[in-house]
Amino acid sequence: MKPDLFESPDYFMLDDLLSEEHKLVRDATRQWVKRSVSPIIEEYAQKAEFPKELLGGLAEIGAFGPYIPQEYGGAGLDQISYGLIMQEIERGDSGIRSTASVQSSLVMYPIFAYGTEEQKKKFLPKLATGDLIGCFGLTEPDHGSNPSGMVTNFKDKGDHYLLNGAKLWISNSPFADIAVVWAKNEEGRIHGLIVERGMEGFSTPETHNKWSLRASATGELIFDNVKVPKENLLPGKNGLGAPLGCLDSARYGIAWGAIGAAMDCYDTALRYAKERVQFGRPIAATQLQQKKLAEMITEITKAQLLAFRLGQLKNEGKATTAQISMAKRNNVEMAIKIAREARQVLGGMGITGEYSIMRHMMNLESVITYEGTHDIHLLITGADITGIPAFS
Amino acid sequence: MKILVCISNVPDTTSKINFTEGDTKFDTSGIQFVINPNDEFGLTRAMWFKEKQGATVHVATVGEASTEPTIRKALAIGADEAIRVDAAPADGFFVARQLAEVVKNGGYDLVIAGRESIDYNGGMVPGIMAALLDMNFVNTCISLEVDGNNATAVREIDGGKEKVSTTLPLIIGGQKGLVEESDLRIPNMRGIMMARQKKLNVVPPVDATPATKETRFEKPAPKGEVKLVDADNVGELVELLHNEAKVI
Ligand SMILES: Cc1cc2nc3c(=O)[nH]c(=O)nc-3n(C[C@H](O)[C@H](O)[C@H](O)COP(=O)(O)OP(=O)(O)OC[C@H]3O[C@@H](n4cnc5c(N)ncnc54)[C@H](O)[C@@H]3O)c2cc1C
Ligand SMILES: Cc1cc2nc3c(=O)[nH]c(=O)nc-3n(C[C@H](O)[C@H](O)[C@H](O)COP(=O)(O)OP(=O)(O)OC[C@H]3O[C@@H](n4cnc5c(N)ncnc54)[C@H](O)[C@@H]3O)c2cc1C
Repeated sequence: MKPDLFESPDYFMLDDLLSEEHKLVRDATRQWVKRSVSPIIEEYAQKAEFPKELLGGLAEIGAFGPYIPQEYGGAGLDQISYGLIMQEIERGDSGIRSTASVQSSLVMYPIFAYGTEEQKKKFLPKLATGDLIGCFGLTEPDHGSNPSGMVTNFKDKGDHYLLNGAKLWISNSPFADIAVVWAKNEEGRIHGLIVERGMEGFSTPETHNKWSLRASATGELIFDNVKVPKENLLPGKNGLGAPLGCLDSARYGIAWGAIGAAMDCYDTALRYAKERVQFGRPIAATQLQQKKLAEMITEITKAQLLAFRLGQLKNEGKATTAQISMAKRNNVEMAIKIAREARQVLGGMGITGEYSIMRHMMNLESVITYEGTHDIHLLITGADITGIPAFS
Repeated sequence: MKILVCISNVPDTTSKINFTEGDTKFDTSGIQFVINPNDEFGLTRAMWFKEKQGATVHVATVGEASTEPTIRKALAIGADEAIRVDAAPADGFFVARQLAEVVKNGGYDLVIAGRESIDYNGGMVPGIMAALLDMNFVNTCISLEVDGNNATAVREIDGGKEKVSTTLPLIIGGQKGLVEESDLRIPNMRGIMMARQKKLNVVPPVDATPATKETRFEKPAPKGEVKLVDADNVGELVELLHNEAKVI
């Protein structure tokens, strides 16, 4: 793997809109990615293994729950800082960003937002330090885009709940210590439960042979008459809105994260195009390559502005689910298109692990599908502007 | 032990250097400023003193308000308090005079400066400071241990190392070796948040007249083109050295 020479594009001087603290947060994360992620990530992706050695570093820099208040072990940063952290981590690899997203937005956030004081005190500080790693179980084999049809369920057995069902495509499940699981009660209402590794009847087989997010571990959650203590139910919110609230937070982070992947592809392609000589001149001197590069920087710039504005809205508590959908959808598609174009700029070299582009491209195939598929986000926008949901 | 780390705010090492105003001023537009690398080694060493020997660590910079992001970074890395002498660092003497005042008022036992600042590469500040304060001084310091009032330092000297023992109060001009690159700390999010609450004292400069003045900056001549000669082709090499380079 080539040394990480990344320089971030900032065509519209977005840095002027960031506070000194935002820049410090961003630069610190970037420095950590250059030091700890870039040198090892390709090898882990090639062997399809999650680099567990990065968990300590992710916790140490504060990528687990950056916006969770300090009293619960988080850093208490704002939403733009959270976005910038996701951007920088995904600049390294979408799989590592996925781990940080899941831990922060899908595990810490629901415990923080819907949990009891005891649950917050028990789990959040350990999740922030990485002593506990969590995963989020919503998707099922037969219910992906339509989670409300889920069949995983629990029954009240007096002193405990009895949980049955299965979840599929769960990031971090193979090594997670706890799982925030969404399941229906006897009345068919969706609730969140914290399931802990070691509970009888709970297993987490890994899903192999992925061509995408290879440096992230994905697996199942299987519940075979698992006795879950009653104090592990998240009482603060129920119904589909509860898991969707978590998804809003994670999708917001992805809208930023995708920019990181796109910037890395653009930066690599730009550098390569200036250095690679064919027909006696750098390929960057040709109009066709310039078109690609010019379109890339234009799209990145638009995505940056979209994410920044969404960050401001989130900070003010005004960002809507539909706005977040639009940003996630736009920015991930932007990134995947840039990855494909950038790969071509590198010719044959673009398909090798010497460069990060093809890894980003393959990763983004998951990113465009998880946390709401590209189609579903369009339907959310459609429903929002027409008032007519077209899902079913 | 009370430690002061002197931090020079310098252009990032990858910066493209240009001059303005008839080549008398460094052009700072588009330049990213960072903690001077030698000072970052010193700051990290100071953090170890803090963690292992309970030292208190302050940082000081002579510079205008624009240096504050660099100071905040030092606080986010873990320094307890910062002092900014509110003045443009006019020259090495001026800076040393300001820092000497900070040291005198703060009663520091150990002052960790860098061997040189990579902006103007004067290599003067810690030496002048030591002279002004009449404190012990170890330059090009690559290792430092403190036990009570006694200090053991290793200096890099031409072709080797020199081990010296001395006593506090002490000023060092530090460099890589105090800690290694892999030991350098990246500020974490909690550190960044804590830095918000830490004191950054802005103090006015004391009177001091700079001892030097620039007349002009000049960039080194660009490097010539490189010609590669095949290892088997000694004849061509000799020919080129003789007729083109005219060195033999
Ligand atoms: C690597 C990876 C990690 C993941 N991590 C997690 C995790 O940690 N936790 C978790 O709960 N889930 C996770 N997921 C699951 C992910 O959220 C789902 O894959 C996603 O929601 C889509 O569900 P599905 O795969 O069942 O596809 P389906 O819902 O079957 O969709 C198949 C296709 O049909 C389209 N489609 C569906 N409904 C409609 C409609 N009404 N109109 C038009 N088109 C439609 C979709 O857009 C898609 O193109 C992960 C997935 C991957 C790939
Ligand atoms: C905006 C700006 C304008 C400048 N203009 C001029 C100018 O017009 N003429 C000129 O000669 N120089 C100028 N300088 C350079 C400045 O004077 C030097 O950085 C400073 O005097 C250090 O001198 P030196 O190179 O001898 O440092 P060195 O002696 O090489 O530095 C050694 C160590 O001293 C400490 N140190 C050095 N500078 C500082 C500082 N400012 N605050 C805290 N600790 C410090 C650090 O620990 C450093 O590692 C300017 C610098 C800046 C940032």
